[in-house]
Amino acid sequence: MAHAATHDHHDHHGAPKGFFQRWVMSTNHKDIGTLYLIFSLTMFFIGGAFAMVIRAELFKPGMQLVQPYFFNEMTTMHALVMIFGAIMPSFVGLANWMIPLMVGAPDMALPRMNNLSFWIMPFAFLLLLSTLFMPGGGPAGGWTMYPPLSLQGESVAYVIFAVHLMGISSIMGAINIIATILNMRAPGMDLLKMPVFVWSWLITAFLLIAVMPVLAGAVTMLLTDKYFGTNFFNAAGGGDPVLFQHIFWFFGHPEVYIMILPAFGIISEIIPTFARKPIFGYRAMVFAIASIAFLSFIVWAHHMFAVGLPMGAEIFFMYATMLIAVPTGVKVFNWVSTMWGGSMTFETPMLFSIAFVILFTIGGFSGLMLALAPADFQYHDTYFVVAHFHYVLVTGAAFSIMAAAYYWLPKWSGNMYSETWGKIHFWSSVISVNVLFFPQHFLGLAGMPRRIPDYNVAFANFNMISSIGGFWFGASQLIFLGVVIHCVFFSKKKAADRSWEGAKGLEWTVPSPAPFHTFDVPPVIHDDELAHGNTEH
Amino acid sequence: MGHQQQDVYFVPSKSYWPIVAAVSMFVTVFGAAHWLNAQPGQGGFGKPLFWVGIAMILGMFFGWFRSVINESMAGNYNGQVDRSFRMGMMWFIFSEVMFFGAFFGALFYARIFSVPWLGGEGHGVLTHQFIWQGYEAAWGASGGGGPDKIGGAFQTIGAWGLPLLNTLILLSSGVTITIAHHALKAGHRKALLIGLGATVLLGCLFLWFQAHEYAEAYEHFNLTLGSGVYGATFFMLTGFHGMHVTLGTIMLAIIWVRCAKGHFTKDDHFGFEAVAWYWHFVDVVWLALFLFVYVL
Repeated sequence: MAHAATHDHHDHHGAPKGFFQRWVMSTNHKDIGTLYLIFSLTMFFIGGAFAMVIRAELFKPGMQLVQPYFFNEMTTMHALVMIFGAIMPSFVGLANWMIPLMVGAPDMALPRMNNLSFWIMPFAFLLLLSTLFMPGGGPAGGWTMYPPLSLQGESVAYVIFAVHLMGISSIMGAINIIATILNMRAPGMDLLKMPVFVWSWLITAFLLIAVMPVLAGAVTMLLTDKYFGTNFFNAAGGGDPVLFQHIFWFFGHPEVYIMILPAFGIISEIIPTFARKPIFGYRAMVFAIASIAFLSFIVWAHHMFAVGLPMGAEIFFMYATMLIAVPTGVKVFNWVSTMWGGSMTFETPMLFSIAFVILFTIGGFSGLMLALAPADFQYHDTYFVVAHFHYVLVTGAAFSIMAAAYYWLPKWSGNMYSETWGKIHFWSSVISVNVLFFPQHFLGLAGMPRRIPDYNVAFANFNMISSIGGFWFGASQLIFLGVVIHCVFFSKKKAADRSWEGAKGLEWTVPSPAPFHTFDVPPVIHDDELAHGNTEH
Repeated sequence: MGHQQQDVYFVPSKSYWPIVAAVSMFVTVFGAAHWLNAQPGQGGFGKPLFWVGIAMILGMFFGWFRSVINESMAGNYNGQVDRSFRMGMMWFIFSEVMFFGAFFGALFYARIFSVPWLGGEGHGVLTHQFIWQGYEAAWGASGGGGPDKIGGAFQTIGAWGLPLLNTLILLSSGVTITIAHHALKAGHRKALLIGLGATVLLGCLFLWFQAHEYAEAYEHFNLTLGSGVYGATFFMLTGFHGMHVTLGTIMLAIIWVRCAKGHFTKDDHFGFEAVAWYWHFVDVVWLALFLFVYVL
């Protein structure tokens, strides 16, 4: 057993031979990053399949395909899988692959813990998804797990332990990312010369370490309330079900920004490349991310305007929430200003980035509407909320991940993807996603509640349009899968080291594909090579 | 291998401990979930699976730390690795602070909001009128069981008996570990072992008194986990703290063995420092507990 500890130095020259040794015992940030990305893509399709069930059921009014309980399982599982299984691990995968390359580090700061962070995830989701096949069925109380509803059924313990495992994985991943950024930067890579993507992850990692333990505490209280007779959320015992919502959303709101700040970072790398201009207002971009992160801690109760908060709380959380529009507006204007007067080209990553700026902003505006406490009494728990968070999470977070995949695939695989099929994927996705989610605004304003398998016939037309958009969007993602597989295994077109003409930054100075080990010694950094090397100008 | 230069990066070799850890954690929680759902009196594989998982986790910690210690003793780690370890430990402790924060938050919410609201204060006036009429909001024995007095009447643990003693014990242990640290830096081996050994003993003493207090609460005071929101916050806060003290004491004992074996030098003893940080963190959490759970 002790042999695991001995040093094999041949390890430093190339990938280990055996499959198990290379992928399961890995300490290599690129391999672990690849594992994260494959895992999250798998979860994206599993969560997507759940969404297809939802949209099929809602295709027409009346009960179509599934039982109401199963429908509720689908909405719950779709959210849990997409949030914890698709969006978050894919950002961690991107961080794993790119942060060491971007800051001139040989690997992550704590490579074995990095491997553990990944390998917890498949087991956590095995635990979560297995509940669907159990006699009592899976969780059906919504991903927010509000008691007392969520405490019904036998799946509670499995879901809670799965959440614990995901939390442990996220915290370790975040610790690793912070240590990498603060400790592993090559000389000359000053904090305020780092790529915005690295900055966004530094702040995101802080958010993760701060709030994932709070989620762990909240679900632990659920666990003891159900199995050990505590009364945290039982009014008869002096507790309060609303207490869970407070603790949950103290986690939940920073969690929302955990899923969007890395997206901001990605977009801030891609737009300068294809506009062939340095980013406008680099420091403002960094400070805006930090401000959004700070504000995320003091706005949680805007998810709870309708539970009967004291008036003072309603007003405080309403104004604090609206404040977030200020740093977010700074970011949107800076992206637009970066493009202004640039010599732009529209390769697929740029198309996804521009779509991100426009469509995320729509999601931001509907968020601003929801922030108004008096108006939220009308919108609360309607499809308007569903439309809002899908605009920020699908056309926001997911689009940014696709942009990142197209942008860095040449660096990862050494091959160029098919630009034609990339563009077909983009246009198909961007049209269908609006067909899918835009009508949901109208449904919500007209009063259609979320998480209900049947609805009034008055909502029939928009639901049918939305479902058609949903199937179309789902099918479009198969194109993405095809483009990725083609690029990695079959593409004949080799990528240059600097795969994009306007690309700057350390990652473009290493070969494509990036060798198994980059930067055995700290690289010499010239400010001109960096995307943000000359921020004083 | 002993002469690593500072300007050459170090990347550890591949290891099977992470996958062992992931599997062990899965076995543990899968077993625990089955166990929790087992019908009373019914067997099932949940319970044995849980204990197998726990044994696997302990074995994993032993093996993983042994390999790290061997690498450290072989001089493979440079200053950069040391800094990464320090950051890892610091941020881990920060995450623990936030975990306790969730339970302190629940305590404050119960005391400041939910219990007074049930008693008719503020915007709870109608709830009180129509659902919980006659409930007089109070904390502790007189109201912490909630309107339905769930768990029955109970007494609370006074702050100035065992809890005060435990406070003094933990504060003293903070002093002894600091003495040990200074002795380590000054190269006084005997003072190091005595100081650290005293810290371990004080940790054990704390745990013994805490167990005694729990027994007292259950047997004589009828103060249980089910004693309304008071019992829930009392036992969950002190219980999680007790688990952390247990963990800290085990870590201190291991560090004592490593000190006795001469693993640490004057300038290179991060293992010692990490455990000392952890112990101070546990200490500070106790002070907050003493104040908010026992005194106030």
